[in-house]
Amino acid sequence: MSNVQTKPLLQVDHLSIGFSQYVKGTQKRIIHPIADMHVEINEGEIVAVVGASGSGKSLLAHAVLGILPSNAIFSGKMLYRGEELTPARMEKLRGREISFIPQSVNYLDPLMRVGRQVQIGLDPRTARAQQEKLFLQYGLQKNDGRLFPFELSGGMLRRVLFATSVREGVRLVIADEPTPGIHPQALSEILRQLKQFAEDGAGVMLITHDIISALEIADRVAVIKDGATVEISEASAFEGNGERLKTEYTQRLWRALPQNDFDLEFKREAVR
Amino acid sequence: MPLIGENLGHYYQKDRWIIKDTNLSVAPGEVLGLSGYSGCGKTTLSRILAGYISPRIGRVSIGHKTLERRAFRPVQLIYQHPEKAINPKWRMRDVLIESYTPSQDILDAFEIREEWMNRWPVELSGGEKQRFCIVRSLNPATKYIIADEMTTMLDAITQARIWHAFLGICKSRNIGVIVVSHESSLLNRLCDNIYKVGSGG
Repeated sequence: MSNVQTKPLLQVDHLSIGFSQYVKGTQKRIIHPIADMHVEINEGEIVAVVGASGSGKSLLAHAVLGILPSNAIFSGKMLYRGEELTPARMEKLRGREISFIPQSVNYLDPLMRVGRQVQIGLDPRTARAQQEKLFLQYGLQKNDGRLFPFELSGGMLRRVLFATSVREGVRLVIADEPTPGIHPQALSEILRQLKQFAEDGAGVMLITHDIISALEIADRVAVIKDGATVEISEASAFEGNGERLKTEYTQRLWRALPQNDFDLEFKREAVR
Repeated sequence: MPLIGENLGHYYQKDRWIIKDTNLSVAPGEVLGLSGYSGCGKTTLSRILAGYISPRIGRVSIGHKTLERRAFRPVQLIYQHPEKAINPKWRMRDVLIESYTPSQDILDAFEIREEWMNRWPVELSGGEKQRFCIVRSLNPATKYIIADEMTTMLDAITQARIWHAFLGICKSRNIGVIVVSHESSLLNRLCDNIYKVGSGG
């Protein structure tokens, strides 16, 4: 919600990320999946980041956290609470002030019981009770904590991943696709929690394809295409046929939802 | 010859039944939706139908014949997480042609670019990897395809395009499709019938 004190929490400006690849032997080349990305998140604000798959949304998250692969080269400006985000600072902040919900359930340790994984970073005296409370909150059973990741379904693993992000003192939450594969009830619990983060004054970056769910809680929506920010709009602009959206790409994205026209895209193609 | 699951029941831990007394059938060319809670057994049911696990009780058959082991599986399963279904140490080209060599038309239909072929799986996004998984499931001998949350990691435009291409091919080859998803609006768009898994949880 647009609070009275809207201080920018995270500012990303002209971010560009390249990867050096070996082509043949020692020949290198550089590819640039992210060319010009900018995003700003205020305290207490939820910004949804949507866009084509492969457009670099996850890379944006990884850049802010400082967990890009070692062959990445990046330039641009990233400010967190008005100060530059240096690699040393990122390392200090991530997992503490900046919490991250990764996209792939592969990020869980396959050899550790899921309950233990959620307890990491919690106060050891109360960790267990807190973890059980979180499980209950997200509709997981108490004895699910004894299971290993392979014994849980995709949607349950999502909720475990989400539970790992709920910590005291979190100021910025970066959620990379936290919602696919979970049923509506668990989904609304996750949305509620994200909103709770924002109400407690944290900024939330919600990377997602599920525009409909994101709109329930987001204040603004940043649209990414081919590694650049093409549009930042108020969430309220996503309505009707998308007349209030600024770019053609965003309008198409909006209309292609199954809730909207879905096959409009092909009707046009069929005519061509 | 419809794909039929009769009286299926399965658990991983003794007596914690995930699915029980489940009956369903899909005809060639039919599109059946599977919906239900996360953790209710949709993926388990998919894996049983595809022959990856044998159910504790019940049987799966195509035209009254049970599925043959050690042969090409006429029921192909497309997983929810493509990164878990692809050998991380193979280049994408090898992943693609392991089962058969797809024609350029199919590659174009799913917008698979030549430049992706020499990359490693980690160098592609989830959505890009999923396209390879879809194409490799379309072996000429495939009779049924189970799409388990196939497009949840895709943006809306790509999702619409991929379903259009995918169902187009399936209809033309008379392949029966099971669509597993939570998104009821998507199921309503795609499916002839919808089956709810695990009544009550």
